[in-house]
Amino acid sequence: MTTLSQPEPVSPSVTTLTKAVSARGIGAQLRHIRYVLADNPVTAGSFILFVIFLLAALIGPSLVPYDPLASNTASALRPPSAQHWFGTDQLGRDIFSRVVVATRLDMIIAIASVLLVFVLGGLAGIAAGFYGGWTDRIVGRISDTIMAFPLFVLAMGIVAALGNTVTNIVIATAIINFPLYARLARSEANIRREAGYVHAARLSGNSDPRILFRFILPNIMPLMMVQISLTMGYAILNAAGLSFIGLGVRPPTPEWGIMVAEGAAFIVSGEWWIAFFPGVTLMLAVFCFNLLGDGLRDIVDPLRRT
Amino acid sequence: MARHLDRRGFLKSTAATALATGVAAPAVWSPAKAQSRQETLLVVSESGPNNIDIHGVGTNVPGYEVSWNCYDRLISHEMKSGPGGVPYYDRDKFKPELADDMNIGDMSVTFRLRKGAKFHDGTPVTAKDVKWSLDRAVTVGGFPTFQMKAGSLEKPEQFVVVDDNTVRVDFLRKDKLTVPDLAVIVPAIYNSELVKKNATPDDPWGLNYTKQNIAGSGAYKVSRWTPGTEVVLDRNDDWASGPLPKIKRVIWRMVPSAGNRRALLERGDADVSYELPNKDFAELKDSGKLSVVSTPFSNGCQYLGMNVTKPPFDNLKVRQAVAYAIPYQKIMDAVLYGLGTPLFGATTPPPAAWPVAHSYNLDLAKARQLMSEAGYPSGFETTLSFDLGFAVVNEPLCVLIQESLAQIGIKTIINKVTGANWRTELNKKVMPLYTNVFSGWLDYPEYFFFWCYHGSNSVFNTMSYQSPQMDALIDGARTAAANGDTAAYEKDVKGFLDLAFTDIPRIPLFQPYSNVAMQKNISGYQYWFHRRLDYRTFVKG
Amino acid sequence: MLRTIGKRIATAIPSLIGVIVVTFLLTRVLPGDTASFFAGPAATPQAIEEVRKQLGLDRSQPEQFVSYVSHLVRGDLGTSLTTGRPVVTELATRLPASAELTLLGLFIALLIAVPLGIIAAVRQGSWIDHLCRIVATAGVSLPVFFTGLVFVYVFYFILGISPAPLGRLDVFASPPPDITGFYLIDALIARDFETFRAALAQITLPAVTLAVFSLAPIARITRASMLAVLSSEFIRTARASGLKPSTVVMTYAFRNAMLPVITTLGMVFSFLLGANVLVEKVFAWPGIGSYAVEALIASDFAPVQGFVLTMAVLYVLINLGIDLLYGIIDPRVKVEA
Repeated sequence: MTTLSQPEPVSPSVTTLTKAVSARGIGAQLRHIRYVLADNPVTAGSFILFVIFLLAALIGPSLVPYDPLASNTASALRPPSAQHWFGTDQLGRDIFSRVVVATRLDMIIAIASVLLVFVLGGLAGIAAGFYGGWTDRIVGRISDTIMAFPLFVLAMGIVAALGNTVTNIVIATAIINFPLYARLARSEANIRREAGYVHAARLSGNSDPRILFRFILPNIMPLMMVQISLTMGYAILNAAGLSFIGLGVRPPTPEWGIMVAEGAAFIVSGEWWIAFFPGVTLMLAVFCFNLLGDGLRDIVDPLRRT
Repeated sequence: MARHLDRRGFLKSTAATALATGVAAPAVWSPAKAQSRQETLLVVSESGPNNIDIHGVGTNVPGYEVSWNCYDRLISHEMKSGPGGVPYYDRDKFKPELADDMNIGDMSVTFRLRKGAKFHDGTPVTAKDVKWSLDRAVTVGGFPTFQMKAGSLEKPEQFVVVDDNTVRVDFLRKDKLTVPDLAVIVPAIYNSELVKKNATPDDPWGLNYTKQNIAGSGAYKVSRWTPGTEVVLDRNDDWASGPLPKIKRVIWRMVPSAGNRRALLERGDADVSYELPNKDFAELKDSGKLSVVSTPFSNGCQYLGMNVTKPPFDNLKVRQAVAYAIPYQKIMDAVLYGLGTPLFGATTPPPAAWPVAHSYNLDLAKARQLMSEAGYPSGFETTLSFDLGFAVVNEPLCVLIQESLAQIGIKTIINKVTGANWRTELNKKVMPLYTNVFSGWLDYPEYFFFWCYHGSNSVFNTMSYQSPQMDALIDGARTAAANGDTAAYEKDVKGFLDLAFTDIPRIPLFQPYSNVAMQKNISGYQYWFHRRLDYRTFVKG
Repeated sequence: MLRTIGKRIATAIPSLIGVIVVTFLLTRVLPGDTASFFAGPAATPQAIEEVRKQLGLDRSQPEQFVSYVSHLVRGDLGTSLTTGRPVVTELATRLPASAELTLLGLFIALLIAVPLGIIAAVRQGSWIDHLCRIVATAGVSLPVFFTGLVFVYVFYFILGISPAPLGRLDVFASPPPDITGFYLIDALIARDFETFRAALAQITLPAVTLAVFSLAPIARITRASMLAVLSSEFIRTARASGLKPSTVVMTYAFRNAMLPVITTLGMVFSFLLGANVLVEKVFAWPGIGSYAVEALIASDFAPVQGFVLTMAVLYVLINLGIDLLYGIIDPRVKVEA
């Protein structure tokens, strides 16, 4: 690989920056976050949206007006109305209730896959960056191999092979994101390997794992958070794509992607609301994660903003 | 470098045009194109053939359509007026195709070949080609051989060349299905010299050649085939086995998205499409812009099957409880949009025909009572599987059944099985509860029941149902049919229908419709047992 | 130069081997018995066994792998069971369709995203900056199949200004003589402007769908790299020496900011080539993506293996090409093995 094949050029200033952040303390950090949110209305908006999605995931199922699974064929395919805000689907199920209830599952898919790849990719990357040598080579090879795959087809293959359950969708999404995390963590750990505070920690008799977890990982966290936010949106899109191919979650479980995929067949016949509302919700969620990622980057890395 | 820049400049201008003409007007037809359009039929469907020889290994259903139109058989069926006045093949009347005379004897049938019939390469069709083709069908194995066997056509010795223009088919035993089985798609007549020339020692029947090349004498020839994209068929102007078709060229395009197929029809760009969701057919029919023809599947039904070898479905009362807990009418309305024949709620005993309705209805109280009697007062958990390839019907159907079964305590997990895996799962015969469609080409009740209910446990007896009484009735009906004993036949058919409904190892849900949507200026559609299009009778304008 | 290329290719070989092995294993654990799928609905157990033997699926996994690799070395990727054609031929005829679509999509994206990124960087923090971000992010936030279906609905079904989504050419048009495999270019070479227009009309919607999806990464990297360049010493110097702001941005900053954009382009291209699987399905586009999806659903191993391998090789080649290009544009960058 060349010197330029890293996905994102990493500014050397990050090292000094993160140290500065930890030194400034929580109060200063909160002030900084508030400053960024006030300064950037888009980030602030996406933050509010994120809170709404979280609330919907937590308490949504107990608030919805209808049972999201209950069919009522007598009122099938009704357009949006006062009774059914988002209309009803082919089996007369209330789309609003289904969209709200689906939030939890989609959040679970997004968060679980991101956590999984964060742990696997992050640890592998840190180890690679810290130890170098064989560890680095093996992690690098695995990353290169995954990158060489057409990623969506790899995800399809994994889900088709393991079966279309939520767990396997999560696993597939985590695997295709592995290189991103491993590479980011590797380059960050690599920079910090020779940092003064790591040397100091080593000299005061800390073991390698301790140095990794106590000194290096916390310093990498902010940048990883940015990545996490961006990949969460991607995870939801990926699940939607799988649904379109027929590899989504089991019916009748509500999930945005599968609702869009199934509703798409009704667009031409004029029942636009079946795909539209889940589609817009899905878009807002992905949108919100992406903007939040950008905003987080501003928070953790103010220097890159200018 | 200069060249490089040139290309960049070029690309830039290309893209600029792209943006400018992105909203290009729909193509304007030049007169020549308009003329060719008049004689061309544009068919769109979800999937296309994988092999254009029905004798091939794993030829899919779209492949049957090519075979039907590009090859001739010795005989074919006459047409009659079917449900709704649609021209419908007449099960009992045959017409000559490659043969111009058929003479049925006691233990054999003799065909005289049509004079002047030629294969696409110009060589005349002879008795030796016929024998070779029939030998091939009973020998290559797999589906063709199986289908031939259904009509007691099993051995090459049965096919005798009498002279250059005459062939005799000897019967192995008396079987009412022998002659009808010579009119299905499989006994197509191949150009034996051409295929033999392209055969290899590993492939004595030349399957690799016919997989991609037509070696027939039919009304159409394949002039271009891009798998997964399109098939272009041109008329064989020298076709001798019937009146020259009106359509000169058929362009058959694969359009995976159902919404797009509907849009193509509604905008008038496509002439004919099948494989649309029922809802679209129902709406297109109502809108009146297109002509939509719906015909019930001959000898077929969609059913809910239960594996009777394992608990809980080995328990008759559980099966009956399930039969009383199916939301039949909801399925007719919300899944089929009325495009299906109900097979439930009969109030009189079934006639000696098939498919016919059973007497079960949605009755949850009765279902609950049967569940308690069966020893499952609080229900049980199981898996409900369906074939993802037909998800448009299967998925809402299973969701409705799942919901209704939950009312009597049966908790189901829905299992989507991909098309490739479905047959494997069926063959394993381990799925506890599943929905599927079965339909037979030969439209006789005893044929259907032999494959689906007989104790010889064929692959279609997906429930692993075993009953000596059932076997006796089915065998009795077959013998009676061969001997022409109508009274005994009716008694046995009614007997096995009654037993199948009492024992209820599979619950018939409805008889699906075969739907075809066409532009108003298209006529000449005919319903065939194989439910694919016969281009030969289509007329445009 | 040649040595560098050789070394680079050598380093890519382990990844390619990894791809071959993983794909082989993955396709073998796909559910579904290929033999019973192809034996047809009425197959008896013996018939299925016969088919299994014909397909070579009765041999052990290592044996199958050895046979696969030995065929691969001879350039034989096997035969697709669903289409009945050799995978190599199919990929060769379908790759230009996918490549043409992806390249045009990428090109449209560039035309929109690069100016967006520049404006966003120059007016950093203003409402224009936010708007650019929102537009670009919105594009990448929609499932690409959904965007495609909505486009078809609006531009074809409702407005009728786009041709039927029937693949690369209108049904009644015939393709231009095959030179590059790109219909647009071939039609121009043949001076067949009617075909050119027909092909262009067909490709516009799917290409725009792809472009919408790829706006965000390009806009983002353009903005970031412009910001980095704008704050650098030489721009400050240029500004200080009183050059017109537009000259500074367009002549000095833009040129220097393009390097990271080119790197990103390579990644976006290979990502899109794989991601247009869904777009191809929506527009009935006869590309390699739709081919691979159909094969995967049918448990048809050979095309899936062939597709993945082709994509992996392309990925390696594209990255190599970009690195070399980079070396030419910026001589300070040394390509390392």
